[in-house]
Amino acid sequence: MSEDLAPDPRLLVREKGLAGYWEDFKRRVRGGELGSIPVVLGVIVIAIVFQAQTGDFLTPRNLSNIMVYVAGPGIMAVGIVLVLLLGEIDLSVGSVAGLCAALWAVMSDQHGVNDILAIVLAVAGGAVVGTIHGFFFARIGVPAFVVTLAGFLGWSGLQIWVMGDKGTINIPRDSLVKDMYGYYFSDISAAYGLATVLTAGYLFALWRQERRRQQAGLTTRPLSEIVLRAVLVAAAAFVAAYELNQHRGLPLALVIFLAVLLLADFMLRRTTYGRQIYAVGGNAEAARRAGINVEFVRLTVFSMSSALAALGGLFTAAQAGGASKSLGSGNLLMNVIAAAVIGGTSLFGGRGWVWSALLGTLVIQSITTGLNLMGMSSEIQYMITGAVLLLAVVVDSVSRQTQRSAGRT
Amino acid sequence: MTATAAPVLALSGVSKRFGAVQALTDVDLEIRPGEVTALVGDNGAGKSTLIKTIAGVHPIDSGTISWKGEVVRIAKPHDAQELGIATVYQDLALCDNLDVVANLFLGRELRRRSVLDQVQMERQALELLDTLSIRIPSVRIPVASLSGGQRQVVAIARALVGSPEVVILDEPTAALGVEQTAQVLDLVERLRERGLGVVLISHNIADVRAVADEVAVLRLGRNNGLFRVEDTSGEEIIAAITGAADNAVSRRRARKDGGEGNE
Repeated sequence: MSEDLAPDPRLLVREKGLAGYWEDFKRRVRGGELGSIPVVLGVIVIAIVFQAQTGDFLTPRNLSNIMVYVAGPGIMAVGIVLVLLLGEIDLSVGSVAGLCAALWAVMSDQHGVNDILAIVLAVAGGAVVGTIHGFFFARIGVPAFVVTLAGFLGWSGLQIWVMGDKGTINIPRDSLVKDMYGYYFSDISAAYGLATVLTAGYLFALWRQERRRQQAGLTTRPLSEIVLRAVLVAAAAFVAAYELNQHRGLPLALVIFLAVLLLADFMLRRTTYGRQIYAVGGNAEAARRAGINVEFVRLTVFSMSSALAALGGLFTAAQAGGASKSLGSGNLLMNVIAAAVIGGTSLFGGRGWVWSALLGTLVIQSITTGLNLMGMSSEIQYMITGAVLLLAVVVDSVSRQTQRSAGRT
Repeated sequence: MTATAAPVLALSGVSKRFGAVQALTDVDLEIRPGEVTALVGDNGAGKSTLIKTIAGVHPIDSGTISWKGEVVRIAKPHDAQELGIATVYQDLALCDNLDVVANLFLGRELRRRSVLDQVQMERQALELLDTLSIRIPSVRIPVASLSGGQRQVVAIARALVGSPEVVILDEPTAALGVEQTAQVLDLVERLRERGLGVVLISHNIADVRAVADEVAVLRLGRNNGLFRVEDTSGEEIIAAITGAADNAVSRRRARKDGGEGNE
């Protein structure tokens, strides 16, 4: 064919150099594939606005506190991201968080169960709760919205029952849960070491992938892109490490949150199971016809969501100083769901990534902390957080419509 | 009828009921390697139901399905895949949010030390698309951004990833333009040359006559004739589809002509 001489105009070939990336980027924006770009810009704008207003938003102490506070809701948001990828919703995460924190507190404080064992049992309890949701949704066919709404009421009832006549149970002095809030690796080598490991690991994975692609004769990223990506990751990691070391060092909470993020990211992008989650979220019937066990995927995603909610609940309890009858109620649920959506994971299923849990919780926590610094009352905070959530969903919906009109459903 | 080869897949006496609707009644069908069998019939004749029973989407109520002479049970899509039956559905059944490579390997991803082997999958995908002379903008863009014809060839290519022995195509040319239709028909012929048994469902008699070796007609959920394409006219096939041959006038003429005509 003579087409071999000139490239087919229909083929997408990225031009060489940075101009090619700019073209590629513009094409994506026009096609509605915004992904997490708006939220990254949002975080930067929020930081600049609050710094200008208060003057002490960008202090190491404040940034370090934000990092600790995002861990609990962030871990829960990872679970919500998984559920949203299926195109479903889990309204029970707040109640499950409260219930599992109560279970842990009662086991550990009232019955003298070993600390680690009690934590494991509480998270396992969350997984059982999620499996129950998953059973009713995937096997019986009840809409997930209704199942988890029932769970939202039911589990908070059980939480109050588990707490019994105790209003609150304080965290035992030597518990690991206390460290989830209060422990910092104060040696400065810890934060820098983690930053180094993350950057090196990222660079190594990227390099190995590109080498294999080259060996297989596939298109590879140009060196300039690899360098740019590595520099961005390194800059983010080392600036964060520097700021943390200016305050009290590397918080344990952040380490656990990052571990959850990395594991979930690996699962979603590198394993068959993760691919199946995206497939079920994109077109459940197509996934079923491709031989994927849709029921199993749905069941396990809901049990992971609740297990992560349980772990997040322990962090929330750590921040509150103990488990209580009302832990996990209030706006925790909405903040967690809002975080996942604000972070760029679509409500309509099949599009998103776990890092939106980090980005979204950063936005919400930054707003909360910033407004606190400005001395705003909580009713103003609710209204602003609500407006930001609405904005994020509008961006999601509009980009979906743009994708439709660009021939992308 | 003399069989050119032993059938790889044979259905006999297959029936399927959905509540009050008897979708299939005593249907027989034989698929041979290296042959294209067209399955034709009017809307509601049971074509889609029949291929869904083969593909494991709707298990059969009664009758037998034999694979290479042995009776098998196909209860779910995975069973059909295990046997080597690949199906390309009318509604495509692609995941719009996944890219071309992910769709091609959906359900049978390649792994390397239990991790997805993206590199190997992309390389094999490019090879496969190349051997089928398929051109698409990029294998790393979501399927949603491809045109109808491109999606159709991706769907067909996907059926070939697991090296199946029987490929079922449900109206592959229904929504396509002239050139894309020709491309898909070329692709069907390439499948036959590879020695695959192909089932082609189509409303378009011209397409059927162009590529099929044998035409099986369904009418109201029953077999209504089996023709070799080379010695059958389009009118005869249409008559069998619409049931035009099945009335008092044609039966009388058939008797007068000494049992000519179909059946």
